[in-house]
Amino acid sequence: MKSAVIVFPASNCDRDAKVALEEMTGKSPHMVWHQDSELPDVDLVVIPGGFSYGDYLRCGAMASQSPVMRAVKSHADKGGAVLGICNGFQVLTESHLLPGALMRNAGLKFVCKPVALTVAESQNAFTRGYDKGQTVTFPVAHGEGNYYADDATLDRLEGEGRVVFRYQANPNGSARDIAGILSEKRNVLGLMPHPERAVDPATGGTDGRALFKSLIEALS
Amino acid sequence: MTEITPAIVAEHGLSPDEYARIKTLLGRAPNLVELGVFSVMWSEHCSYKSTRAHLRKLPTKGPHVIQGPGENAGVIDIGDGDACIFKMESHNHPSFIEPYQGAATGVGGIMRDVFTMGARPVAMMNALRFGEPGHPKTRHLVSGVVSGIGGYGNCMGVPTVGGEVDFHRSYNGNILVNAMCVGVAKTDNIFYSAAKGAGNPVVYFGSKTGRDGIHGATMASAEFDDASEEKRPTVQVGDPFAEKLLLEATLELMATDAIIAIQDMGAAGLTSSSAEMGDKGGSGIELNLDSVPQRETGMTAYEMLLSESQERMLAVLKPGREAQAEAIFKKWELDFAVIGITTDTGRLVIKHKGRVEADMPITALSDAAPVYERPFVLREPAKGAPAYDKSRSVPAALEKIMAAPAMASRRWIWEQYDNSVMNDTVQHPGGDAAVVRVHGTRKALAITTDVCPRYCKADPFEGGKQAVAEACRNLNAVGATPLAATDNLNFGNPQKPEIMGEIVAGIDGIGEACRALDFPIVSGNCSLYNETNGEGILPTPTIGGVGLLKDVSKMATIAFKREGDVVILIGETRGHLGQSIWLREIEGREEGAAPPVDLAAEKKHGAFVRGLIGNGRVDTCHDVSDGGVLAALAEMALASCGKTGGIGASVGQASIADAIAFWFGEDQARYLIAAPFAQAERIVAEARAAGIAVAELGKTGGTDLVIDDKERIAVARLRAAHEGWFPKFMAGEEIPVTN
Repeated sequence: MKSAVIVFPASNCDRDAKVALEEMTGKSPHMVWHQDSELPDVDLVVIPGGFSYGDYLRCGAMASQSPVMRAVKSHADKGGAVLGICNGFQVLTESHLLPGALMRNAGLKFVCKPVALTVAESQNAFTRGYDKGQTVTFPVAHGEGNYYADDATLDRLEGEGRVVFRYQANPNGSARDIAGILSEKRNVLGLMPHPERAVDPATGGTDGRALFKSLIEALS
Repeated sequence: MTEITPAIVAEHGLSPDEYARIKTLLGRAPNLVELGVFSVMWSEHCSYKSTRAHLRKLPTKGPHVIQGPGENAGVIDIGDGDACIFKMESHNHPSFIEPYQGAATGVGGIMRDVFTMGARPVAMMNALRFGEPGHPKTRHLVSGVVSGIGGYGNCMGVPTVGGEVDFHRSYNGNILVNAMCVGVAKTDNIFYSAAKGAGNPVVYFGSKTGRDGIHGATMASAEFDDASEEKRPTVQVGDPFAEKLLLEATLELMATDAIIAIQDMGAAGLTSSSAEMGDKGGSGIELNLDSVPQRETGMTAYEMLLSESQERMLAVLKPGREAQAEAIFKKWELDFAVIGITTDTGRLVIKHKGRVEADMPITALSDAAPVYERPFVLREPAKGAPAYDKSRSVPAALEKIMAAPAMASRRWIWEQYDNSVMNDTVQHPGGDAAVVRVHGTRKALAITTDVCPRYCKADPFEGGKQAVAEACRNLNAVGATPLAATDNLNFGNPQKPEIMGEIVAGIDGIGEACRALDFPIVSGNCSLYNETNGEGILPTPTIGGVGLLKDVSKMATIAFKREGDVVILIGETRGHLGQSIWLREIEGREEGAAPPVDLAAEKKHGAFVRGLIGNGRVDTCHDVSDGGVLAALAEMALASCGKTGGIGASVGQASIADAIAFWFGEDQARYLIAAPFAQAERIVAEARAAGIAVAELGKTGGTDLVIDDKERIAVARLRAAHEGWFPKFMAGEEIPVTN
């Protein structure tokens, strides 16, 4: 599996994503600068966590207008896999690659802690290595992870099996405990928790490894 | 031109004697711009004029020390060509006036101190002291400071991994916000601030200069009164996005060999950075302010020199490398300008709009700054063992203590800090020391901040010793070898002989302990004048300690891990209740002697425990401090996560007559460990053979803490008490306890 990690000026989980991809694939991902308007030939694009352009405006709003995101959209349109983690999820909703929006956490505070998630769906490239209904623990670290969409959209997401992760104890007020969702074509996943911080037993556990293994199996 | 009147001199925080000295040094009267420059360079904050004579007594050298105090941060060798660069600094005064921005810019400032030397910051710590919970401002200040630290540090992508938080009425009008940054660099790529050589370009990069923060350093060198909130405009405004760009761009520039010297613009901004660089390099500096990137129009030389706008750096480059540097800053969309040149005149010359606005010998600003041997009175230390009610219930007291403002879980705070970004955090907040792996290696840095202001008030000398000893103990308790420390000395007004006495005795105590424990001070900061309306804070010399774990797989945490482990107490228990948490929370008094610190015992016990962890025999260890043995045991149970919500223990004691004194006494040099039975027998025998006091207290297991076979309390109940206080307090549900 060939991969790329997008680097915005204030991305700050770009290295974590790179290290996780190296660990899991044995290959270094391409690090793609936000002003580049073309992507290298890759199977997976990761939009990492961080604060893209400072996020003084809505998180990810400016990033959605960046040159590199035009290239990411065209990659997704062609069926290429895109994984948006945390700020990456926010960028994906702002770019309309995923429906809904991420609002300020219901508690109005940044929240950083390991959270238990239910794998709600395993029929896709990202979570095929998990069992449906399995519990996994990933860290969250965000101030604006409160997922919102209108009821019709939420019903549709659920009906189409596009809700992939749900919080067992909702840390941010997200509608229907949604932690991660798929695009209609099931090739774009956005999630607030950090699977890339869960690949090392010394730090955040190893529950995230199966997500990367799933992608390697599906995309190689 | 403005005439310099005595009133203007006083407004600049300079005494008539100091003004006379300036005139002698210049051979003429200064103009207003020069007076402004002197006022910040000679401020307590920049010149350490009250403490310098005493700080010289601290040990600053050691086999692994690469750079001690005097640079932007201290540097130590951690092996394999890696260096650890760290420092702690206060942002007390601004944080009281404007808690969010005060704390945020404190974080930003200390990060710049570390990356300006070539290190990537890898961990942040914070030592915070607030007024009593019931004070009308406390909740607002806690909320603002925590948001500010998180807002800045989270955006930077540097994990905030721990620290300490306390409440005491002496901080009602003067909170303390001490931020520590730890970074990692290569020993062959460390950058210093000495602007050596003449004819080299002086370059400015980062954010533009505005009118914010003018005279921040002078404000930080004065007492507060009721009108202090009028000083809000002197508080700087932070932009973590700009700092993130500055960090990456600076490290990218450092990967070239273009830099001769570099310094961040912190307190006193452009003035202090240029004067310090010239001073250290033995050169002169000529600046043309017309070239300074400006955020506002019509700024005067005075304003530009004294602005404390954030996220700015000054560097001296090798001639001809300007374009290479400019390209890097252009990529990161930061301002870059050549604003001056180094000279061989030894003078700081400032030009603006074709006029020379200031022309001063640099040594007059630095070396010639006054050093005061302020008169001091060494107060007689508090003495005696306080009387107390021996009939009280031990479990009830424990429950109350674990929910006390001083002891309750700080989860409400640290869950607002990203403590796992960079994916190297091995021990998260809540343990004895934070542990952060050195990226891509098996080794790790352990980091702690410590001081017990109650002890320091009762006995500044023993309190200073204790702060150092406890920092070492927290590092030993995770299995790390203590390497070096940074000190952040927070005190009241040094012009009061009794306060000066606290400073002198505190520094002496720190020095004695650092020498005994081979724990040199490599960087630090003094924050004096922490007084409001004449009321000083408790003496608070915070120690930030750094230790090294050679193999992160051989590490201890405080959590009980297995049922059936033997609980062993290392170190002697005499039942010292003077100045203890028990006395304060249960009896409502702060009195008696502070616990004495036996440095030989600290060294011996620390090495013993460290050895057990380092050779993989012990994975469960906790330092015994506030609240004594029973609070430490409760913390070990609470940190565990058994199937039933925590592993309990059944413990008893037979060594001293009074149960309360045994369980809650705060004798020093003690550790609790828990180890499987077979291992425990050998550990006890080895401790005895080494002449170390050791006692088996009991075994882990069950869901309760069972004390002396007769009393018990459920771990779940302790958890509710311990975790409940902070969120309830911040939600305004709890009627705050006065202390």
